[in-house]
Amino acid sequence: MAKKVALLQGNDACAQGAVYAGCTFFGGYPITPSTEVAEVLSGELPKVGGKFIQMEDEIAAMASVIGASLTGAKALTATSGPGVSLKQELIGYACIAETPCVIINVMRGGPSTGMPTGPGQSDVMQAKWGTHGDHAAIALVPASCQEIYEETIRAFNLAEKYRMPVQVLYDEIVGHMRERVEFAEPGELEVIDREAPSVSPEEYKPYDDTKGQIPPLASYGSGYKFHVTGLNKAADGFPTTKAELVDAEERRQIDKVDDNVADIEKFETYMTEDAEVIIWAYGSTSRSARYAVNDLRKEGIKAGLFRPITLWPFPEKQTAELAKQAKAIIVPELNLGQMVIEVERVAKGDCKVAAIGRVDGEPINPGQIAGKVKEVL
Amino acid sequence: MAYDYDSSIRPGKLPHIWCPGCGHGIVMKGLIRAMDTCELDRKNTAIVSGIGCASRLPGYLDACTLHTAHGRAAAFATGVKMAKPEMDVIVCGGDGDGTAIGGNHFIHACRRNINMTYVLMNNFIYGMTGGQFSPCTPTGDKASTTPYGNPDPIFDISKLAIGAGASFVARTTAFHATQIDKLIAEGIKHKGMAVIEILDDCPTTYGRRNKFRSVVEMMERLKDMAVPVAAAAKLPAEKLEGKILTGILHQEDKPEYTAQYAEVIKKAQGA
Repeated sequence: MAKKVALLQGNDACAQGAVYAGCTFFGGYPITPSTEVAEVLSGELPKVGGKFIQMEDEIAAMASVIGASLTGAKALTATSGPGVSLKQELIGYACIAETPCVIINVMRGGPSTGMPTGPGQSDVMQAKWGTHGDHAAIALVPASCQEIYEETIRAFNLAEKYRMPVQVLYDEIVGHMRERVEFAEPGELEVIDREAPSVSPEEYKPYDDTKGQIPPLASYGSGYKFHVTGLNKAADGFPTTKAELVDAEERRQIDKVDDNVADIEKFETYMTEDAEVIIWAYGSTSRSARYAVNDLRKEGIKAGLFRPITLWPFPEKQTAELAKQAKAIIVPELNLGQMVIEVERVAKGDCKVAAIGRVDGEPINPGQIAGKVKEVL
Repeated sequence: MAYDYDSSIRPGKLPHIWCPGCGHGIVMKGLIRAMDTCELDRKNTAIVSGIGCASRLPGYLDACTLHTAHGRAAAFATGVKMAKPEMDVIVCGGDGDGTAIGGNHFIHACRRNINMTYVLMNNFIYGMTGGQFSPCTPTGDKASTTPYGNPDPIFDISKLAIGAGASFVARTTAFHATQIDKLIAEGIKHKGMAVIEILDDCPTTYGRRNKFRSVVEMMERLKDMAVPVAAAAKLPAEKLEGKILTGILHQEDKPEYTAQYAEVIKKAQGA
């Protein structure tokens, strides 16, 4: 049977991916350039018995998503830079309370209102360090409409599996472009649901890690009564200030990602085998980078592309290996140098690292990247 | 009716954090009586709060309890109720949490008329942070951040709730202990947003700065301030100066939000 295909906007593909993943709750607030995610889901979710609610502000949207998730729903919100800034406190709440949820960030310029209709990639550090306190982060950076569809599904899977918020970041260019998207058949792509507790309600402790790094999460209204708080807490979910308990709990919540990088990481390489220069690029910028690689190869320059699809946790191993292999790594970004700091950190001086930054609302084009490569080599 | 408080309290969670003389414990007992009166199955009851002394209340109760971030209780609770409308949802918190940092969520929960019961303990002060003035600290009163007297006008929380669209609004005080559970129970039974404002006392951070020599004095003030709605109707305006009306202040039948959304689902599914 022929696959169902459609010409879809990136934001629409995101909404379709959410439905495939089993999302039954969306809480949002209108913001350019992400609003189409909300618009599409306001129509799609009630068809499957799901709930859509437009909340009074960005913070409320994030709060509603966490509340819904605690009842067992797979919950989503979508926003852009200013909205993510507002949501940060509650993203931290979802981290410490270990509540699965997905946050879509369709990136525009900044700071502040910036250029709402222009593309940007300046929230990539915010995705890791935006909320206060130490915490783990998972962020995915799809570069096409098809990939937005698939990575939105993977974001739900990772959120459910690792019991934490997962952010999907794509820039306005990918969010608003239209491409052919192939829909997956039911059962074709993996869909993960959070692990339910195996113990009785009387024995249940929401943060008991004796049977594994990620404690099962019960749902409100399923027979389990338990306490959830943003305070540091013990295994039973109740606040504690006991140093050893606080320390162990904080470390476990970070280790659960650090110890499972191999499961969470995802990247693509293009012509890197013999490459002397690596273009390290994500999102729409990686599409220009691929053209630049082709153009440079025609000129006899051995260029290759490394494209992270999981941005956080950072692809340390792959980046370090490429730094040993290549003479230079070029990092083009629609910001003035964010991920390049991580690349430099991991490269440890093994090769030259150079940035291309752009924040004028225009994309980085292949010629700009090729020019930088020639300048650096 | 004999009430069994012990079976509602989580084992090992007492003593509570509240100071001697604080009214929050009176409210908690009232809430337990109300939940018992309404026979709420605690497995299907979510009790949601924000941050502050009053927001520590859910942790003591054996139910699905959610202690959220400062001001956000109503928004979290809206997510719970929307996702699982069959659950009973109770919100509790203080005046600063509910009407300053959480003011936007409070008025919009009222506007939607979503079926939950918001027990708002108004003790006129930010207690947990040490007594800064709240939107409900009476003008002229002393707080740690109003050393020359509070220049701010106050919110009338009940009027705010009525104006924002809540379909059940009631008020009483921590002195009127038996009225607390009756009003909360009425609020739980009501289909729609129910706000129960309970004027409360904070001897530690409000009382001592405002020349209340004892908790008894503070309780007596609450008693003196309260005028039941029916009695007030017969009193001339000058007799109501400085008083607050107590009892059910507003009740109406109007569409409830999750019921409205159930209709949206029917339409989307072509029924």
